[in-house]
Amino acid sequence: MSGPDRAPDLRPWFLLAPALLSIIVLVVIPMSFILVYSFYENIDLAVDRAAFQFSNWQELFRDKYYHVAIWKTLRLSVIVTILAAVLGYVPAYFIAMTRFRHRWLLLLLLILPFWVSFIIRTLSWIHILGNQGALNGLFEWLGLTDAPLSMMYNETTVIIGFLHVFLPYMILNVYVSLDGIDDNLEPAARTLGATPWQAFREVTLPLSLPGLAAGCLLVFVLTGGSYVTPLILGGPNDYLFGNLIHDAVVSELNWPMGATLSFTLLVMLGLIVVIYSRFMGINQLAKAFR
Amino acid sequence: MRAWKLIRLYTFLVYVFMFAPIAVVLLLAFNSSQFGGFPIEGFSLRWFYRLAENEAIMRALKTSLSLGLLTALASTSIGVLASLALVRYRFRGKDLITTLLISPVLVPETVLAVGLLIFLRWLHVPRSFLLLLLGHSIIALPFVVLVVQARLVGIKKEYEEAARSLGANPVQTFFSVTLPLLMPAVFAGSLFAFTISFDNITATIFWRPTGMETVPTQIFGMLRNSVSPEINALGFVMIVITVGVPLMAGGLARYFARKKT
Repeated sequence: MSGPDRAPDLRPWFLLAPALLSIIVLVVIPMSFILVYSFYENIDLAVDRAAFQFSNWQELFRDKYYHVAIWKTLRLSVIVTILAAVLGYVPAYFIAMTRFRHRWLLLLLLILPFWVSFIIRTLSWIHILGNQGALNGLFEWLGLTDAPLSMMYNETTVIIGFLHVFLPYMILNVYVSLDGIDDNLEPAARTLGATPWQAFREVTLPLSLPGLAAGCLLVFVLTGGSYVTPLILGGPNDYLFGNLIHDAVVSELNWPMGATLSFTLLVMLGLIVVIYSRFMGINQLAKAFR
Repeated sequence: MRAWKLIRLYTFLVYVFMFAPIAVVLLLAFNSSQFGGFPIEGFSLRWFYRLAENEAIMRALKTSLSLGLLTALASTSIGVLASLALVRYRFRGKDLITTLLISPVLVPETVLAVGLLIFLRWLHVPRSFLLLLLGHSIIALPFVVLVVQARLVGIKKEYEEAARSLGANPVQTFFSVTLPLLMPAVFAGSLFAFTISFDNITATIFWRPTGMETVPTQIFGMLRNSVSPEINALGFVMIVITVGVPLMAGGLARYFARKKT
């Protein structure tokens, strides 16, 4: 409608104004502000002073405690991501390829966990693995054990808890890219003499990599930023970097240190998002919604 | 074909992994035993009565429900407007704007929570219900935008242009053509936003004022001792609210859609 000489159309900006304003005031400015705040000086509980000094950063770089937490967080995120990819790829493949009449039901069941409360899903593992849990009940009933086996509150339960909550993200993303592949490609490869496994490896798998990558990114970043799951399912030694932030802000009321740690986590996980979007483009993530 | 059978079994087992623990919570909510775990001693509704009598839980439920509804209202309103701009207009910097709008998903929620908390503290704004509302809305916004945008792309521009050529002004066109066509997406977006708010704990722990509890933080507080049977009953109620309502709504929508054709 508008010619090249007309004044720029302002209507979209009016429509965007409320959303953009909220994002800028509630996300962009606060995210920049935590960097500023990390130079503030903590004086006492919940008391700090505007300053430009590096003691918080020095503490972060010197204290082993923080390095251990960073290492633990990266390690756990990698483990959860790999397990989620292994556990999630096959079901996604099944849903995409099956001729089962009620495929919609499988898809609905895949969306369903997103609607079930995170904290309920997390604590439900206490009912499975805890001392009064289903597994211990089963073992005792079978006569395998006399006393309940202690299976809870360790790193494994934390990993299981993360997997349980984040697996649907992985399956959904892989499914979306598998579903977008032309159905004729695999049969075409077969006609040309490929074995089923070759056809999968040479044709389907490479084409599904964008979805797999999107799923991995989501699971990695979501795990790396968590702190609630280790509090519910982990033991005293199962803390992530997020738990240090929670402790600094909620328990110790050391806000400048909380800001320093938050900014560090933002940069670590942000770098991964940036590297990913360099290769894949951020739009891949949005595809799961269509 | 043996490979395909293995794939089917694998898929089945993964679904069991995803749903068995949830089923156990639903089951244990009706256990008459005074402990939250196994064994199951009998069928009873007493934990639901206990729940209704527990003032702290009822207060948390009320807080969560109103917070969820207001979050849905706020984030859907601004999300629909933004999606309209993104889908219906061409302008410079659209990619940047899109990235900005979905940026709350890209920032770890813990960082988002601490950043907003510290920034508002610096402005001398105390933690309050309003902070929870603003925060939850911003967390839900990207999801609303993605859902509404995906739907809006499918609505032909011609309908709107026809209304305009028949003399409707843009506001009339929006309310009598675009919005009715967009209603399913608005509904889906609001449900999404409600669930995100109703379920949130990571950021809520940072933002809630002292003494205010939402259902998830209340459960989290009660967990310190052990899983009480009341938690199972509360879990049952939460699942009914966040799963039952959308399923029913979806089912009804399909039913009416089929009746029409």
